[in-house]
Amino acid sequence: MRARIPWLGLAVLFAAFLAWEAVSRGFAGLGDYVPPPSRMLGMLGQILVSGELLFHAQATLARFAGAYALAAVVAVSAGVAFGSSRVLYSFVEPLVELLRPMPSPATIPIAILFLGIGNEMKIAVTAYACTWPILLNTLDGVRGVDRVLRQTAATFGVGPWRTLFQVVIPAASPQIVTGLRVSLAIALILVTTSEMVVADDGLGFFILDLQRSFRIPEMYAAILALAVLGYLLNQAFLTIDGWVMAWHRLGTRKEVV
Amino acid sequence: MLEVQDLHKAFQPLSGGAPILALGDVSFRVDAGRFIAIVGPSGCGKSTLLLCVAGLMRPTTGTILLGGQPVTGPPENLILVFQEYNQSLMAWRTVLRNVRFGLEGRGRPRVEIDAEARRAIELVGLTGFERHYPWELSGGMQQRVAIARALARRPAVLLMDEPFGSLDALTRNELEDTLLAVWAEVGATILFVTHDIEEAIYLADRVYVLSGRPSRVLEEVEVALPRPRHQLKTREDSRFIAYRHQIYELISRETSRRGPALP
Repeated sequence: MRARIPWLGLAVLFAAFLAWEAVSRGFAGLGDYVPPPSRMLGMLGQILVSGELLFHAQATLARFAGAYALAAVVAVSAGVAFGSSRVLYSFVEPLVELLRPMPSPATIPIAILFLGIGNEMKIAVTAYACTWPILLNTLDGVRGVDRVLRQTAATFGVGPWRTLFQVVIPAASPQIVTGLRVSLAIALILVTTSEMVVADDGLGFFILDLQRSFRIPEMYAAILALAVLGYLLNQAFLTIDGWVMAWHRLGTRKEVV
Repeated sequence: MLEVQDLHKAFQPLSGGAPILALGDVSFRVDAGRFIAIVGPSGCGKSTLLLCVAGLMRPTTGTILLGGQPVTGPPENLILVFQEYNQSLMAWRTVLRNVRFGLEGRGRPRVEIDAEARRAIELVGLTGFERHYPWELSGGMQQRVAIARALARRPAVLLMDEPFGSLDALTRNELEDTLLAVWAEVGATILFVTHDIEEAIYLADRVYVLSGRPSRVLEEVEVALPRPRHQLKTREDSRFIAYRHQIYELISRETSRRGPALP
């Protein structure tokens, strides 16, 4: 499938950057708070070369990976278990319904209380936040597996474990992947937020520190770097999704090739 | 081979109230290797009957005997083919892997499994499509895959729940003939549920006509038409038309007497 380059969109974006550049340079004093894009990009290069950016980015990435992996394993397993057993889910359903609407950053003070101010706290808070979309989507996906498919497995005399791993989970996988994709964004948000609350490294800390030290162009550059990181993570996800879930994407297309 | 005795099935509606009696008192026998069709008005419980015989649903009362043994769960040598092929096939597996599904996890060597699967695929006329995905195939082809998947297990009994109901008339005729050819080759006992009276007569040795809910066997019609059947010649045979009249009248009387059957 050939990707169409959105020329018009890119042109608009470019025009916006030019306007920004002009306004920022044109008004005296404004450039200190809203530097022109050219200076931002220059600063991006500078913090990159100085090693600061990579140092903090790597810290963030490590926490992100740990938390996301933890959440994925726990939430998918729990989702499958709860989705498969109505009885089991009835035990935890009230708790789930109570906790899920609570905004995750509210758990940061609790986490600090119990886990201190180090990596454990940040990973715990992030994993907690990621768990919800993954759990709920997995739950939905497993419950939503078509009855005919389950009956098909039954008529072939397929045992419960094989049915679970070879039929139910693959059938639920589009929904599970949706949960994983949503959590990706949430994970990055929570990691950087917790780094802003208390940390001595990481992009969240870096951005805040740059603001406090009044290194404003560098601050914007770091924010831009964070955005790029988010974009790259998303692209990586989509690439893997493309390999693993091609059958679903192609199978649910409306038009035939 | 297969015997159904006094089968009753009642459902308790979620909204409360009186239980719905789907199967009233269904009894019949099927001899090995025969092709038996079951027709009845819509909503009379034909699918429920098949699910019970397949061991996928527990009847309220009554017995199902397969080879003399009571059916308590899905029997080893009996496979049910569903009407909804789209939901029954595994979209993440190729045709070959779908057909192999029933043979996997039983300790048989991979080479053997593949050979059986390919044989079944050939039986239904899908050679060459092994690496296709279900969504790349037409409805008729998908149902062939589902049938091949069942055949790969070489079942003694094949239950088919309105398998061609979701297909257009031409494809339906095509698949009817494919099924008859497969049956001639494989020799399994087939229990075929359909709402299409002509299809039932065309395919079967014997047709059981069910009443409306709660269903019981109204009539047993022996189909003395020569084999191999032919879409044009058989359907124009005067005996075919006589059977058609007989069964149609039975069912119309049922439907008018009871009013429209609720699903």
